[in-house]
Amino acid sequence: MSLSAKKTLKNHGIPGKLIVVEGVDGSGKSTQLRLLEKWLRYNGFEVFRTEWNSSNMVKSITSKGKKKENLTPTTFSLLHATDFADRFERNILPLLRAGYFVLADRYIYTAYARDVTRGCNPNWVRKVYDFAIKPDVAFYFRVPLDTAMDRILSGRPKLKFYEAGMDLNLSKDIYDSFRIFQSKIVDQYEEMSKREDFYIMDATKQIQEQQKVMRERVRKILPKKLKKKTVMEVP
Amino acid sequence: MADLVRGIKNRKPKWYGTKKFGGLPYIKDLEISGSLIVIEGPDASGRSTQIEMLTAKLEADGYAVLNTGLNRSDLISQGILEAKRNVSLGKRTLALFYAADFADQLEQKIIPALQAGYVVLADRYIYTLMARNTIRGIKRKWSNDLFSFALVPDMTFYIDVDPYTLVHRVFEKRQSLDYYESGADLGISDDMFESFIIYQQKLAKEFVVLKKKFNLTLVNGNYSAEETYKRLEKQISKSLSKVS
Repeated sequence: MSLSAKKTLKNHGIPGKLIVVEGVDGSGKSTQLRLLEKWLRYNGFEVFRTEWNSSNMVKSITSKGKKKENLTPTTFSLLHATDFADRFERNILPLLRAGYFVLADRYIYTAYARDVTRGCNPNWVRKVYDFAIKPDVAFYFRVPLDTAMDRILSGRPKLKFYEAGMDLNLSKDIYDSFRIFQSKIVDQYEEMSKREDFYIMDATKQIQEQQKVMRERVRKILPKKLKKKTVMEVP
Repeated sequence: MADLVRGIKNRKPKWYGTKKFGGLPYIKDLEISGSLIVIEGPDASGRSTQIEMLTAKLEADGYAVLNTGLNRSDLISQGILEAKRNVSLGKRTLALFYAADFADQLEQKIIPALQAGYVVLADRYIYTLMARNTIRGIKRKWSNDLFSFALVPDMTFYIDVDPYTLVHRVFEKRQSLDYYESGADLGISDDMFESFIIYQQKLAKEFVVLKKKFNLTLVNGNYSAEETYKRLEKQISKSLSKVS
C-alpha cells in the first residue's frame, strides 16, 4: 500500500480515524487527549493511544545518544523518524485498517517543528516523513509561551539537555535556552498551521471547556449512525 | 597511487540532493582536503580484503587512512543488531534506522577525517542502503531524497561477483547464510539457498540502475583477491589521473 502524508485515511479507503494533538510542552495537549480517549472508550469505540518517541526498540538508542550529548541534527531527526516509522508500521496503520481510533500525542508536525528549528532543511524533513498519512483532525494547542513555561517549570524543574535545546547553543543558561527553543518551535507551528489544516485550540481555557470543543469536533467524524445518537455530553 | 591526494587542495565538498534541499544546511563553509573512496559490493564479494590491501598500500605511501563502514556507528550499531533479530521490523523502520547510523558516521567520523586530510575508505555507502530499500518495495525517489544529505564520494567502486560464486564464498567463511543478506525477510522462498541467489540477483540488478545514476565504477570480482586488487588499483589510478 502506497500512502502519502498529503492524503487522508478516507482517500485511502481505510476505515479507522486518526486524531492528533500538537503543541509545545506544557500546552496541556496530553491531558486533553487522555480525556478524549476516556470518552471514546466509554462510548464503545476501540482506541489506541500512541506517544512520540516511545518505540522500545529505538528508545534505548536515542537515550544512549542523548546521554552522550553528541547527536547531530540529522541523526537526531532520523532516530525520531525511525521511532515514528516503527510505531506507524507496527501499530498506527494496521490498527487504522482494522477500524480503530488512533490517538497520537504528537505526530509528524512535531518533527517538522523541532528538526527545522535544529537546522534541518524543511523540505528534506517533509520528504523523510512522506510515508505517513494525513490525520482526520490535528488539534493544535495554542498557548502563550509564559503560560506553558510556568506549567512546565513548576512541575518539573530539572530540564534535560536536548529538551531544552542546549545543542543549539542558544544560551548557556538552560532555562533561557529552553525558552528560546520553545519560542522557535511555536514559530514553526504557527507557520505550518494553515498549510496543515490545524484545528486551533485555545489552550488557556478551562480543561472542561477545551474538552468540550474537542469532542464537538471529533463528533463530526464519528460513524454516521452514532453521530445523531446522544453521545455522552461533557459535564 | 602515490599521487592519490596530490594536487587535491582544500575544497568545498559536493553533496547529493537538489537546489531545493541537500547536504547538511547547518554545516556552513565546510572545507575538506581528504578523499572519500567507497567500495561497494555484495556480502562475501571480498570488500574487506580489498580495503585491507588498499589501506596497507596507502599507509605505506604515507597517507592517513580511516576505515569506515555501514553498521559501525558507536551510537546505534548495537541497536541494528538487536533489530535484525526482531523479524517484525518494517521496511521503512529499517531504512530509517540504517540512515540514522549512516548519518552518525558521516558527521562524526567521515567529515572530520576529510577535514583533516585523511583518505577515507568506506566499506559500503548509501548505495547498498538504497538498493535494499528498493528491493523491499520503497520508491527510489524516497531513498534518493532521504540520502540527499550525503557527501558525493571522490570514487566509488562496485565489486561485481556472480551470485553462485558468492554463495560458495559465504560457505567458505561461515557455513551458513545470513538472514538479511539472503533476503529471508522478503519471503522470496522457503529454501534459504534459493532465496539467497534470488535476493543477490535482485541486488545486482538494482546496482545496474545505481551504477548509471551515481556513476559507480564496476570491478570484476569473480577472480582471486590479488587479481581483483590489481584491477581495483588500476581503476583508482585511472580515476585519479582524471581528477588531478
